[in-house]
Amino acid sequence: MLRIENLEKFYPTGDHALKSVHLEIPRGQVMALIGPSGAGKSTLIRCVNRLVEPSSGAVFLGDIDLTRLGSSDLRHARSRMGMIFQEYALVERLSVMENVLSGRLGYVGFWRSFLRKFPQSDIDQAFELLERVGLDHMADKRADELSGGQRQRVGICRALIQNPELLLVDEPTASLDPKTSRQIMRLICELCEERQLAAIINIHDVLLAQMFARRIVGLQHGTIVYDGPPEDLNPDVLTQIYGEEDWEATIERVKDEDDNGDAGLADNVTELKPVS
Amino acid sequence: MNEGKATRRWKRPPLIANPTLRWTLWVGTAIYLAFAFGTMEVNWQRVAEGTERGQRFLASFFPPDFTSRWDSILEGILESMWMTITSTVVGIILSIPVGLGAARNLAWRPVYLFCRGILAVSRTFPEIILAIFFVKLFGFGPFAGFLALSVGTIGFYGKLLAEDIEDMDPVQAEAIKSVGARWLQWLNYAVQPQVMPRMIGLGIYRLDINFRESAVVGIVGGGGIGATLLTAFDRYEFDSAAAILLVIIGIVMVLEYTSGYIRKWVQ
Repeated sequence: MLRIENLEKFYPTGDHALKSVHLEIPRGQVMALIGPSGAGKSTLIRCVNRLVEPSSGAVFLGDIDLTRLGSSDLRHARSRMGMIFQEYALVERLSVMENVLSGRLGYVGFWRSFLRKFPQSDIDQAFELLERVGLDHMADKRADELSGGQRQRVGICRALIQNPELLLVDEPTASLDPKTSRQIMRLICELCEERQLAAIINIHDVLLAQMFARRIVGLQHGTIVYDGPPEDLNPDVLTQIYGEEDWEATIERVKDEDDNGDAGLADNVTELKPVS
Repeated sequence: MNEGKATRRWKRPPLIANPTLRWTLWVGTAIYLAFAFGTMEVNWQRVAEGTERGQRFLASFFPPDFTSRWDSILEGILESMWMTITSTVVGIILSIPVGLGAARNLAWRPVYLFCRGILAVSRTFPEIILAIFFVKLFGFGPFAGFLALSVGTIGFYGKLLAEDIEDMDPVQAEAIKSVGARWLQWLNYAVQPQVMPRMIGLGIYRLDINFRESAVVGIVGGGGIGATLLTAFDRYEFDSAAAILLVIIGIVMVLEYTSGYIRKWVQ
């Protein structure tokens, strides 16, 4: 599905942000990318859809090497990859509906998009998605009237209406409270499951990563230092990724939650348990 | 309290760290000001005469006479309005491509420098200089005034548009790029919503400026109410001139209030 080979990124400032990164993600896999700030997580996912130009290496989406595409092919390839952002990145002065429909821009001509005359199928799909995340009654509200969690849901709709094969998710919960964070992570993971989407989720919250992802990749100074299942994360691994710290508490808490719900966050437990 | 511990003093660090430079600047400024005011020649006798002449001059404005030259006042006002509206519209339309090109985060380097050049040139000359220039090129009349105000508008609006685009939130722009939008779609969905409210406000503000400037360019031959005003002065018809000034003040006030109101409404 997505294959990253030998990816390198040097910034003009001289920072060596990614050092020969190899990564392969099969269809339908949700992978969490953890690591300290400045490890290169953001750079890595932005090198995939080339919001940041990689210095060398190759990124294959299916059979296409994204790093070699010209501007029109790149546009087409970008429309196959949905992206979800840390600060939601909604266009604040556009309505919720316009924000969702903007996910179709890669498929719709200029005049149709300019006159907001999107095909009926796009509009149907937009309403379906908004209904799915519980915001269909907000369609004509301006995006800046929504709360953080609601904005992120609209951001998810915008990414999904692209009908992407891959989701690139950059710190989706960094600006949200703990409860909303979990709801958003759960929503993303459920939708990936339903649609058999591959996803790279950058996240600095180790707990959330362990709760929701089936595969964890640890990045440190632009190098992958861990790649495995969440259960194998132990203090040694976390020390290797983040540096020396008392990690027992972090891991302990995850085990508690697996056994008997959310020990540390008792108030929210009932509502937060996975609905299945 | 702090037994055995020396008290630590604190003073806000000065803006200019180097004391020699700091004091040189202070003393230099003081000396220059002393000389500047010292060499200003004021002839008090002429001031006294001027005050008296001014009183007589002002007295001849009253009462303002709206009736005897009303036709030419009306013609001047309508011409000024025509100049104001056409030059604002044309100026804004022309300034959009220039402004887009002059935004560093949008344009390719040579285009950026070229468009910044256009803006710098049109901003160097005040409307009155532009009007003198266009009157020499195209002769007296409102067309010269229209051109002068249009060029002025390009400089004003283009620069502010470019700066507003440079200040936009890059993440929103990135998000629309990431869905695979074309460049024009990207402008329409990511850039335009971010800059639009301010640009509407500035457009109305510019309309306001252009009306006031239309009175000024008329004095150098650019037509409009300024030309009518100049004629009234040349004929020593100060009561008609007063009427014209009152009409200008009235219109400017109306524009000022409506533009303030509209700008508040679009935010």
